[in-house]
Formats: sequence, structure tokens, C-alpha cells
Amino acid sequence: MSIRARIAPLLVALAPLTALAPAGAQGAEIWVTNEKDDAISVIDVESLSVTRTVPVGERPRGVTFSRDYSRLYVCASDSDAVQVIDPETGALLHNLPSGEDPEQFILHPDDRRLYIANEDDAVATVVDTAARTVLAQIDVGVEPEGMAVSPDGKVVIVTSETSSMAHWIDADTHRIFANTLVDQRPRHAEFTHDGKQLWVSSEIGGTISVFDAATQELLGKIGFEIRGVNPDLIQPVGFKMTSDDSLAFVALGPANHVAVVDVPGRKVLDYILVGRRPWHMAMTPDDRLLFVTNGVSGDVTVIDVAAREAVKTIKVGRYPWGAAWRP
Amino acid sequence: MTSWIGAKTRGAARLLLGAALALGAARAPAAQDAEAFEIVYLERAPAPRPVLSNLDPRPADLGLAGARLGVADNAAMGRFLGQSWRLSEFVVPPEGDFAAAARAALARGAPVIANAPAEDLLALADMPEAAGALIFNAAARDDALRRGACRANVLHTIPSRAMLADALAQFLVRKRWTRWFVIEGRGAQDRAFADAMARAAAKFGARIVERREWPLDADIRRTASSEAPLLTQAPEHDVLILADEADDWDRYIPYNTFSPRPVAGTEGMEPVAWSRPVEAWGAAQLQSRFRDLAGRDMTSEDYAAWAAARAVGEAVTRLAAGRDPHDPRALRAHLLSGAFEMGGFKGRKLSFRAWNGQLRQPIPLTHPRALVAQAPIEGFLHRVTELDTLGYDQPEAGCAAFEDKGE
Repeated sequence: MSIRARIAPLLVALAPLTALAPAGAQGAEIWVTNEKDDAISVIDVESLSVTRTVPVGERPRGVTFSRDYSRLYVCASDSDAVQVIDPETGALLHNLPSGEDPEQFILHPDDRRLYIANEDDAVATVVDTAARTVLAQIDVGVEPEGMAVSPDGKVVIVTSETSSMAHWIDADTHRIFANTLVDQRPRHAEFTHDGKQLWVSSEIGGTISVFDAATQELLGKIGFEIRGVNPDLIQPVGFKMTSDDSLAFVALGPANHVAVVDVPGRKVLDYILVGRRPWHMAMTPDDRLLFVTNGVSGDVTVIDVAAREAVKTIKVGRYPWGAAWRP
Repeated sequence: MTSWIGAKTRGAARLLLGAALALGAARAPAAQDAEAFEIVYLERAPAPRPVLSNLDPRPADLGLAGARLGVADNAAMGRFLGQSWRLSEFVVPPEGDFAAAARAALARGAPVIANAPAEDLLALADMPEAAGALIFNAAARDDALRRGACRANVLHTIPSRAMLADALAQFLVRKRWTRWFVIEGRGAQDRAFADAMARAAAKFGARIVERREWPLDADIRRTASSEAPLLTQAPEHDVLILADEADDWDRYIPYNTFSPRPVAGTEGMEPVAWSRPVEAWGAAQLQSRFRDLAGRDMTSEDYAAWAAARAVGEAVTRLAAGRDPHDPRALRAHLLSGAFEMGGFKGRKLSFRAWNGQLRQPIPLTHPRALVAQAPIEGFLHRVTELDTLGYDQPEAGCAAFEDKGE
């Protein structure tokens, strides 16, 4: 506790230094958290190069922007804080109360409520980002990680890694109204943009479970198979869908590939070789480029979405984890 | 007979802890009218054995703490599924009446996690009351228990010595360190581990240049730098492998060898089911949850007991509709079927070998400060799963009790 208390002022002290760093290029950027470097690498989308590095709290993982992109939220897991950062200057604005060990989060469409998975505590914390207060803590399964919110803002999903289930939470009452089992070790959850389906990846199970969002009924599972790769090593983790819900890109962890999935048909179309242990990803809003973090090789693979091709590898920090786009 | 009454009383006190766990779960919905599940933990506490160093005393709750965490994990999951979980604990002192405790444990009618030496385990499995029971061996590494002396009602979550030796052998062969010098202690377990290394050498194409018994029974703590070099002179070798499962003298050998060679086996780089440096694949979370619960680091015995409890939890939850999750036979059939899989924080899904009930699992190779590698080592292939390159494979296991039982 005393260590944590010391860290916060230290980071505030660092903030003015980062403000001296050159301001980013004018174009769009991808912000990548480096879990083992306590820093964010900022990639310029046009030049596909790292333009600056922003120091943040300990063990940064989940990362997202406010709707107007004026604030960056970062899960600084080992600092036990969600940090709010000014992306223009890199300065730490303040910490949000987050509960212990925040790993991943999702920002509600109201741009105000932040739902945080507290991995070590088996709870999800709901924070009001404006009032900087905790609205609720919800008991969930062991090691919550995947977080999703329905496009209409009514349903929040938390997946628990060790309990292997998705918890369906009423966003207004903060009560769990359904629990659905998935295959072993769920890591990531997302609704389709039309809000009709929920997808959940299972790392050890090797599948994606697709649910009807209205009924919580399991519609089907997607499996993966790559010639010459041991099936045990094909471990789906992060994924993203194009804005028209036609394609999904799924990082397959130690299989070192990203799968391209036809969303309506739930069929794998292609596999793209990327770096080592791809983890999470961010897509440009025009669906042109996909940026995949490769945890073990410490780089980011840029994929041309239309061509379904890796076009560049960008070296970032140690153990890149999350990625977020801003204009 | 009276000696285990004390254990029973202790067990009863611990049952309260299990009840507290269930109460903790009541914060969540669906805990009322929960369906109650139980797991039994049965331990034969080993007689204390003097070793040269007092640095690493055996924790009193070795294994037990892992079972407690596994049941807590089951409860955390089960509260969303209308299940409550508790652990009944039976710990028999070294001189206690194991058979009486075993009978009481079996009378619970629930799956049993056994932390006991091979002879006690077999006595438990062969009791008339154990027919149709589901017993998990979470401590005995003896290969015989997976081979000729296997029992249909016993599954194994602790790796066998052959699995550990094969893991170490794969690493050494991959590095082309294929000339091994083996020093073994005088205990039967030390000999068994050295035998497993000899088998692994033949299996993977390494050579034991010399196998020797550790000759001293003196206290070498202060004389290791003068004694050990004399005792480690041997024909040219790439690595020195020590077999001293009690960790009596082996800790004094590294750096005191005659030749500048690395040390592996029960000291130096060790093949284990689990150890403090294992942190990848989400293992850091399991380590920290265990530390919060037990106030110490998680060991292989704790991991094996945790895995047994979790396997029961998974089987109960995933059992096909219409099967009774309280029936040990139904659970066993599910555990041995292709439908069972479990996350185990070692990067691959865990499952049971249908031909002898051994839990398939990666074997970390660790030194006290870091993970060196994890077997199966890349390049050692298998027609079904590389995990089965570790230990006795189906054609060579020779476990009659499991024939026609798996899929």
C-alpha cells in the first residue's frame, strides 16, 4: 500500500517531463500499451512508425479513448489504478478508483461509465469517470478479463478466465441476469456492431462461442486449424470485427497467426502470419488497417484489411498488450 | 485407532472453513437452494526426516492448501451455476491409523484427493468401500502406479517420475548435452528417479557415463568445497544429474563440482509440476491467489491437489445432461473421455490419459529464480499430442485396469 502511495506522486512528477516530448504527428495514431515497459508506444498511422513513447503506471494493459478522444484511459494493473492521460501532452490528469489489479475495461456508450475487470479480485468495478467515484462492484467468476458492452448500452459482459463463463450484467441495475458457459479460459468478448450477437474467445478451448444477444442462446462455435501447427497452440485471444460486421480478425496467440473469419457464415477464410503471440488489436475506423500487438516478439504487425496481408512490422516496447486508435 | 480421532477433529474444524467459503458465495444470486458438492482430502502426513539444511521446512499444509484453493475456485464458479462446494479434510499423523481415516473419507461418497505414499494409496484404492470411488493421486510419483500397479479408481494429477525425467531429457538432448553423470541418494525414491533418468537416456538417445551413489552421510555443509570436487570426478560429461528427492545433500553440489558442468535433476534445474518461477500463461494469477490463501509459494503437490479439485469442478459442470454429477463413475467416465479439457496455467489444455488415468500436462524446467524451459520441448513429436512424449505412452504403459475403459 505504501508503495502504491509513493507511485502516484512519482507519476505526477514525471508528467511535466513527458509534456516536453514533441507533440505527435497531426495524423491518426495507434496507442499501444507495453506491459513490461510501463510505457505506451504511439504509432503514426500514415508513416507506420513509432513517434513517441509515453511513460505510464505499472504493467499497463487495457487502453481506450473517451468518445471525443480528449482523454486516454489506461489500466495500470500493478499500480492498482486506471490512469486518465491527456493524449496531446502525455500528462497524467488523474487516477480513477479502479479496484485492485485492473486488467481490462470497456467504456459505456454514455462516455461516462467505465466497467473494469479486477483480475485478482473476482469483481468488476463500475466507475463514474466524471465524478471519479465507484458506482458498484459486481461479484463475478475467477479472473475476470473480457469486457464488452452492447451498442445500445443495456448489457455489459464480463468473462472469467478460470470459471470459463460469460456473465451478462444489466447496465442499469448492475445485476447479473445470465451466466453462459464457454470453452476453457475466455479472454475477450465483443458484440457485433448491430448488437445482435456476442462473440467470446476461449484461449485454451481454442474456439470462439457465438451467442444470440437477445436470448443468450449459443448459436455456434468457431474452431481453427492451421497446417503444421499443433492444435494445442492455436489459442484465440483478442479479436475485432469490421464496422459492417462482415469480417472478424482473431489473434491466435502462440500459433503466431491472425484468422480472418466470415462473420455471418462463422467460417474461417484465411490465416495471416504475424509476430509471436499476437494478443490484441485496433482497427482504423475506415476498416483499412489493422494493428496487432505481438506480445512475445515485442512488435506490432500492420495488416491491410482488404488485401488480408501483413504489410509491416513495427518494433514497440516489451510485451505489447492493448491497442487503441485516435484521430 | 485413537490417533486419527485428533485428525478428524481437525478435519471438523476445517469443515467450518469450507462452510465459510460457501457463505462468502452467498453474496451472489442463485446461492440459495444451491446444489451441494463435496470433495474429500485425505493425507498421510510424512514422518519428519532430518536433512542437513533447515532452509526449506516442509509446509504443514503442503498439498492441502492446493486442494483448498481448487475448491474455492470451484465455489467461485459454482455460485453462478447454483452449486455450493466444500472440502472435507482428513489428515492422518505419521503413526496414525490410515485405514480408519480412509474408511471415514470414503464414507463421504465424494471424490477423494489423496496425498499419501504409494502403499497407503493402494491400500485406500483396494478397500471394498473404494469400489466405484473416484480417487486422485496428488502426491505419489511412482511409475508403477500408472503401470502394473494401476487401479481403475485412481487418477493421477501429480506427474510420474518418468514424465519428469523425460522432460529433463528432452531439454538436455535438444541442447546436445547428451553425456550424463548421475549421482543418486540411498533412498528408494532417489533410485527410482535415477532409474527414470536411465530410461529417458535410452528413450531420447543420451548416455549415462557413470551412475554413482552419494557416499557420505557426514554433514558436508562446511566442507562441501573440499569434499564435493573429489566426489564429482567422473568420465567426461556434459551435465551432472542429482537424484536426492529429500533435498538432503544435493543443494551443496552446484559450483562445488570437479568439472565446470551444470547441475540438474533434484537440484539446479529441476523438472516440476509447478514452482514459484512459473508465471507465463496467466500463472501469475494462480500464484498470487495461492499466496493470498496459504501465505507461501505454490509447490508441485499443491498444484496437483488444485488440479484434482478443479478437474472435479469441471466434470460436474460439463457433465452431459442426464448424468448424475454426484456419481463418481459418471465423473470418471467424463474425465477420461475426449470431452474433458481443463485450463491449467501451463499454456496447454490438460486432459487425462485414457489408458492409465494420468493427467497430461506440460512440465516446467525451473531453477529457483526463473523458468528455463517448458517440456514438451519443440521438436519432440508425437502422432497424437506432444504431451504424450512425456512418461509412459499408451503402448508401453501396461495398465490392465484401464483397458477398455477409455475411449
